[in-house]
Amino acid sequence: MKPPNAEFEVECIRRILAGERHLFHDLIRPCERSVYFLLYSLLRNEAEAEDAAQDTAIKVYQNLRNFRGDSQFRTWVLSIARNEGLGRLRKAGSRREDSLDAEMDDSTGDYTPAILTSWREVPFEALERKELGAILRKAIEGLPEIYRNVVLLRDIEEMDVRETATALGITEGAVKVRLHRARAVLQKELAPKLGGFAPKRKGLFGWAR
Amino acid sequence: MRIDCKHVWEHISAYIDGEVDEALRGEIDRHLETCEICSAVLDSTRNVVVLVADDRVFELPAGFSERLHARLDREMERAGSG
Repeated sequence: MKPPNAEFEVECIRRILAGERHLFHDLIRPCERSVYFLLYSLLRNEAEAEDAAQDTAIKVYQNLRNFRGDSQFRTWVLSIARNEGLGRLRKAGSRREDSLDAEMDDSTGDYTPAILTSWREVPFEALERKELGAILRKAIEGLPEIYRNVVLLRDIEEMDVRETATALGITEGAVKVRLHRARAVLQKELAPKLGGFAPKRKGLFGWAR
Repeated sequence: MRIDCKHVWEHISAYIDGEVDEALRGEIDRHLETCEICSAVLDSTRNVVVLVADDRVFELPAGFSERLHARLDREMERAGSG
């Protein structure tokens, strides 16, 4: 997704605060996907993530006056979403929040990737096959929480390292290390499964091998 | 000194994001020229990163946006009349 336009946001916020409330729809729309998926990553439940996303949008509206512009608007919105999600986990008495805030060992660590001797690229068109999307989703949903959040914001919502760090309340170094580990786990898990989605190579006599 | 495969794997994520310095990038590139395994690991990792970014993998629930904006409208109306 494209980064939202900061000038548009500042102007929009000024006009909303001056009374043009309906403009809030345009202001929040570019953020809603990221908000939902951050909350989905935390809460792991579609209905609750949607409810929390709505509450987040209302809190953003009610607190718009407090936005200082020292971070991107979307980053600010995502920190509100994160607090909403953590608050709900806390209320539910979930033990998962401990692992969320815990500073883990962020050294690079060892890992062995799935070893391959060649790779045939799986193109975007392969996503027309529903089972490919399902395999990718399952792999991401199976990641430990602290890796999944980073993958969702960095690789799926395509936010930069700094914005991801601010939204998740972790250091930029931690974002990089966690992303590295998450991608390594995904490669190991997915590479052996994705081969079948690559286009078949034509053999010498024109048949696929 | 030639860097080994393990060293390349440690930097794959940063390499994909263009965050390794020029000297290290050069060493990794030289390694990749002759190492089929690391080339395949890099290509497959990059392919995974590109695929998961596609909007079709994670879609918003149907009607999500409509419900969100309808709730905002109700909230703004309530706040406005209060």
